[in-house]
Amino acid sequence: MTNLIRKSGLVLFVFGLGFFVSALFFGKYQLNEDALRSSVYGDENKVATLSETMADVMGKEFGNSHQFAKEFLSAFHQKNEQLKADEQWDKVIWDNPKEVTMRAGKGAYVGWIKDNSAGAFALTFIVAILGAIMYITPKFNDGPAGIKNNGIYHSSMKSRGLLGIITGAFLISFYIVLYFAPQYVVPWTLIVDPVSRALSGGEASQWFLYGLLYTLAVIVMGVRMISKYRHSPYQIIRTFSVMFFQTAFAFIIPEILIRLNKPYFDFKDMWPLNYDFFDAWSLDQLQSAGGLGIFMLAWGITLFAVGVPVFTYFFGKRWYCSWVCGCGGLAETLGDPYRQLSNKSLGAWKIERYLIHGVLVFAVVMTAGVLYTYFTGAGSVIGINTGSLRTTYGFAIGSVFAGVIGTGFYPLMGNRAWCRFGCPLAAYLGMVQKFKSRFRITTNGGQCISCGNCSTHCEMGIDVRHYAQRGQSIIRSSCVGCGVCSSVCPRGVLNLEVKDEEGRYNEPILIGNDSIKVAE
Amino acid sequence: MQHIVIIGNGISGITAARHIRKKSDHRITVISAETDHFFSRTALMYIYMGHMQYRHTKPYEDWFWKKNRIDLKRAYVENVDTSAKTLNLSGGEQMKYDKLVLATGSKSNKFGWPGQDLKAVQGLYSYQDLESMEEDTKNISRAVIVGGGLIGIEMAEMLLSRNIPVTFLVREASFWDHVLPAEESEMINRHIREHHVDLLLSTDLKEILPDENGRARAVVTGNGEEIACQFVGLTAGVSPNVDFLRSSGIEINRGIMVDACLKTSVDDIYAIGDCAEFRQAIGERRPIEQVWYTGRMMGEALAETICNQDTKYNPGVWFNSAKFFDIEYQTYGWVWAKPKENESTFYWEHERGKKSVRIVFDKASDQVLGVNVFGIRFRHEICDIWIKKEKSIQYAMEHLREANFDPEFFKRHEEEIVNAFNLTFPDKSVTLKKKKKLLALFG
Repeated sequence: MTNLIRKSGLVLFVFGLGFFVSALFFGKYQLNEDALRSSVYGDENKVATLSETMADVMGKEFGNSHQFAKEFLSAFHQKNEQLKADEQWDKVIWDNPKEVTMRAGKGAYVGWIKDNSAGAFALTFIVAILGAIMYITPKFNDGPAGIKNNGIYHSSMKSRGLLGIITGAFLISFYIVLYFAPQYVVPWTLIVDPVSRALSGGEASQWFLYGLLYTLAVIVMGVRMISKYRHSPYQIIRTFSVMFFQTAFAFIIPEILIRLNKPYFDFKDMWPLNYDFFDAWSLDQLQSAGGLGIFMLAWGITLFAVGVPVFTYFFGKRWYCSWVCGCGGLAETLGDPYRQLSNKSLGAWKIERYLIHGVLVFAVVMTAGVLYTYFTGAGSVIGINTGSLRTTYGFAIGSVFAGVIGTGFYPLMGNRAWCRFGCPLAAYLGMVQKFKSRFRITTNGGQCISCGNCSTHCEMGIDVRHYAQRGQSIIRSSCVGCGVCSSVCPRGVLNLEVKDEEGRYNEPILIGNDSIKVAE
Repeated sequence: MQHIVIIGNGISGITAARHIRKKSDHRITVISAETDHFFSRTALMYIYMGHMQYRHTKPYEDWFWKKNRIDLKRAYVENVDTSAKTLNLSGGEQMKYDKLVLATGSKSNKFGWPGQDLKAVQGLYSYQDLESMEEDTKNISRAVIVGGGLIGIEMAEMLLSRNIPVTFLVREASFWDHVLPAEESEMINRHIREHHVDLLLSTDLKEILPDENGRARAVVTGNGEEIACQFVGLTAGVSPNVDFLRSSGIEINRGIMVDACLKTSVDDIYAIGDCAEFRQAIGERRPIEQVWYTGRMMGEALAETICNQDTKYNPGVWFNSAKFFDIEYQTYGWVWAKPKENESTFYWEHERGKKSVRIVFDKASDQVLGVNVFGIRFRHEICDIWIKKEKSIQYAMEHLREANFDPEFFKRHEEEIVNAFNLTFPDKSVTLKKKKKLLALFG
């Protein structure tokens, strides 16, 4: 019976996902005046420019998004280039061409999905969620609570087998399309339009689609995480925490702010992870949004300037990375099946330290440049164009590293590749954790049997066993305090603790001969 | 510079090698017939269960050995010529040594059962055992495990992870009852059955029956019952792996006889770990200790003896731990299956029957002698202090919170435990020390 429910759930999930993916290939595109208007948010000057630009495209029927986008973009670029050549700068449309195309595509779309978006939503999202829940919830009854890692390394999905590689390829493709070719996801945004209208009142962008998918992934896979670790109150509470912060702070509150005509703002996100916080448009927007805007500005600065050192001192960086953060939230839920795939070698640790601190330096330099330009109006500092510095950061770090690599590579490099190798905020939190914090993972005297469960299941690639078998506390800047090493330890050796700083870098105890000598 | 040869690359031999390297410039060779590199034997079960792969069980990366100039030799030692200080390796190769460390570990016990050498009948100790278990448990419909100890219950857990039904023959009236007191033993009986293991207590093995291909097809129990199965796990303990040394002239009883400094009867030959047998047992410890950490400590002590001065193996207060399916177990000091004459015992068990605390103390002095915890983690350091510093049971009860090592947010039971203690021993009644207030929130 249980098996039947789970199998049916899997079938439903695959059906929902299959329908969702194939939706991209449904429907026709026929450009009209309304579509043009909404593609530039009703800016009449732009509409006028676009109308003449799109004369040839208008009314023509395209069989798929690719043909439509190709002609639309080509006309768009041609016009823009011509305007630039004629130095008609005020008529040039500076909007992101692919996003304009996507919005135009939404209006131009003709097909079942558009007329029945609620039905399409049910067939994709509802069916897939129902399937996932049917697949996951029977796990609450899979025998006595305890460690449930049986068969991970026999599973193609979880040990870089064919299923894992396919899933990785799918996720990578998803991120590439989402970030760099949104003109192709028109049907997806149409499917989630009803939800967007209900929340913010507006139509769904590709970012709304992403936010919704992200939140659902955290919630549904959060239920899975809770079923898996149901013997551990620490894991249960922590998982509820990331589910809450993603749903409320990252998804619903910002949408409601939009509905109230306030700036989109995620109150738990902060610089330097949130790298556009100090962009000119962001600063201007917050300053022009009245008392609330000023509060948001002050909040955003206080959070990283005061919140990080204070909270990290008392709790370790986990207060953010594995309890609050959205990237962490996804990693701890959707990514949990892949945590064992992180590389534990000394070599990987070396790369990690160069890379993550390099990104932090990049983020600081980029932000300093952007602020310099904001306050002085000068476009470049010592020959470096701050605008292109910002664009490069957004592309290389914000999109490619955090998105395509960070999540796309879950089934290949583990669930924390971004957090470990790239996140500048994690680097900053890590420095505080390493040098000024009460947090550490203590080891329990001489009980370690060097089995390696802790290291294997450490998503950050820390060789926990190296410390545990020496009876040494683990104080690593990368540790996000997920607590899984402590959960999987069969001998009760590891514990996340906050205590006096004194004795944090302790001498090993009870580990060697005479019960006192240092083993190493 | 001397050539130190270590036979065996388990925790004892490798710890000795690492510490000899730290303390000296001797040439070090570690010989193993089992694997190229040191791995954690205790993790074999997790490889079978798919929690880890073999590579994860290696505590050091493969470059470590070359970097630390520890030569690894994959070979089987046929015998030792102590007068020529030469090892004869299989294949005819010879190796000279200046000092020899025997760290050859154990082998699974077989007690002369008919059929014990059939195919698909085995213990679980070595990497090769894991390989044959992998091979012989494919597509089978039942396995029988014989012997109710730590390896037996691990094997049951392994087989269940592959959905193979298990019958567990335990000779004793209750699981591991020569080590565990009745209540704890009963708790584990219940937990084994909760996992749908067919646990047969007070049942021993009479013989294993072969099929036409020489593979086990059934076992016959002592009372004549035949149980069809395709795999038999023999887990009735282990004993020192010393047969190849019988003719070497080194004094051997069950294990290789050693003094307190781990020296054997032959000069420049030492024995450590599972294979060593102490002429004089240390305190209440057994003369042969087959535990991970004792091997580690012996290796460390021996390195000091070899490189500097004679150093006695001195392991301190006894401790150990295990995990029975989902229930963790830790023990500190001595808790006997039946309390001794001078001992009094306090036992608390959680209402759901998966957690317990037992503290054994001296009737006359109230001094704490031993601690058993199931389903709760205790702090090694604190228990060690209680016992080593001869703290009273009252002290331990008052300071019970300090001993807890469970993760944050786990349900705490100290108040319940102390209340139970005060009811059981009204004349020793204590008050549990309060939590640190105010800043307790921040640890």
